[in-house]
Amino acid sequence: MGGPASKQIDSKTLWGGKTSPFSTSYGKLMMWFFLVSDALTFGGLLISYGFTRHDYQGAWPIGEETFHALPMLEGNYPLIYVALMTFILIVSSVTMVLAVEAGHRMDKKGVIKWLALTIVGGFFFVGSQAWEWSHFIHGSKFGRIELADGSLASVHGEFGEIENFTITKPGGHYEIGNVITVGESNHKKGIIGKSESEMMHMYQHAAAEGHIHNDIITLHGGAEAKIAKKPNANMELIIKQTGSKYTKLQHKIHGKEAAAMYEEVVNSGVAGTVVYGANLERNEYGPSQYGQFFFFITGFHGFHVFSGVIINIIILMGVIGGVYHKRGHYEMVEKTGLYWHFVDLVWVFVFTFFYLV
Amino acid sequence: MERDDVIEYSLDAHHSEEEGKKIRKKIWFVTALLTIVTIVEVAMGAFAGRSISTGMTWQMIKWGYVVLTLVKAGYIVLVFMHLGDERKSLKWVILGPYIAFIIYLIFIALYEGTAVGEAWDTYGG
Repeated sequence: MGGPASKQIDSKTLWGGKTSPFSTSYGKLMMWFFLVSDALTFGGLLISYGFTRHDYQGAWPIGEETFHALPMLEGNYPLIYVALMTFILIVSSVTMVLAVEAGHRMDKKGVIKWLALTIVGGFFFVGSQAWEWSHFIHGSKFGRIELADGSLASVHGEFGEIENFTITKPGGHYEIGNVITVGESNHKKGIIGKSESEMMHMYQHAAAEGHIHNDIITLHGGAEAKIAKKPNANMELIIKQTGSKYTKLQHKIHGKEAAAMYEEVVNSGVAGTVVYGANLERNEYGPSQYGQFFFFITGFHGFHVFSGVIINIIILMGVIGGVYHKRGHYEMVEKTGLYWHFVDLVWVFVFTFFYLV
Repeated sequence: MERDDVIEYSLDAHHSEEEGKKIRKKIWFVTALLTIVTIVEVAMGAFAGRSISTGMTWQMIKWGYVVLTLVKAGYIVLVFMHLGDERKSLKWVILGPYIAFIIYLIFIALYEGTAVGEAWDTYGG
């Protein structure tokens, strides 16, 4: 690109001392060395992920089955959200390289415009990742269940709405006849209003703890309530870990049979048979290492993106202040650009090996 | 104080408006390419991913992913990071050791991972 590297220099001058045989400045070279060592860190993380995956063979979660949600939308959109995140990062890489190009033309306005857009893209990516984490941690409406034969199954379908809990045994601040339902509270009529997500949380928490038995839910403080809930529809169970009866991975159970099996597990009153979402100990998607690697690898990458945004902001302030224009070159933009592209580069690999393969 | 032992390589990196036009054209070409490759990858995952494909088909799709990923990575490193325009000596100082080390590590770790998994299946509790 017309830079020093494309200049013809005979090798005697080039390697004879006094000049850099790489025809590059100290700062840029050191940035490259840092990136190589950082790449080895990410390489190590992804390879240890690969080791664990090969160790588990078939029992590892499948990307398009695990990541299929979009914010504010119901339904199945396999990998669309991560694809969007990838696209945002690619676009912010493009705006960065355009900022570097503008810098080579000493076009201060151009650098400011493109670098500012890069920062906006970076914030969008970090924000998307926050939603992704939140979704991963909270999990699906159904969770993952352990069947009677010891096998584990993931559950898909339409969750039947929870209508209300009617108190049948008093406890805590609940009295007999109180109705907990979605909407406003009305103490005279004994109606306790909750939001839809609060109702869902109460239900899931009780199911995970084994506090739902024969459609009776045990609430905090020992109160018991009858659950009124619409039936789940279009149920499908997929065997993710084999047991004594279901010995084939990815075996699918559909319809009424699946719905009845799910009800039985949730209503069993046994703790630990339903797992919702993810934490560092267990998750509904697969082996515990799956969650750990998800948090560590995407977290470490997200931390890099966040640092990159901060560094870009600092450089942008320098550009606006005219520091680099006075210096006669915009190499600082090029150096922060190298780091930013590297972050994009890592994501290309994380995208493939975590979400696609 | 002016130092005559420091060469400002950075000053040589400037280019004209015309050269800039050519460079920008290349940037937009790579943008389109990276976008298309990503769309193809997602379509492969949605319509022929691991939940649908098995055996040889899945093996081919898996290696397809690896190839597409390396294509994307290559364009990012060589064009966006300008490594393709640097001196050959710098390019190989960066890529050489990494490629050699990482391929070795991938081979060892995946092979060992499979062996450990089989050992658990055979002897484990």
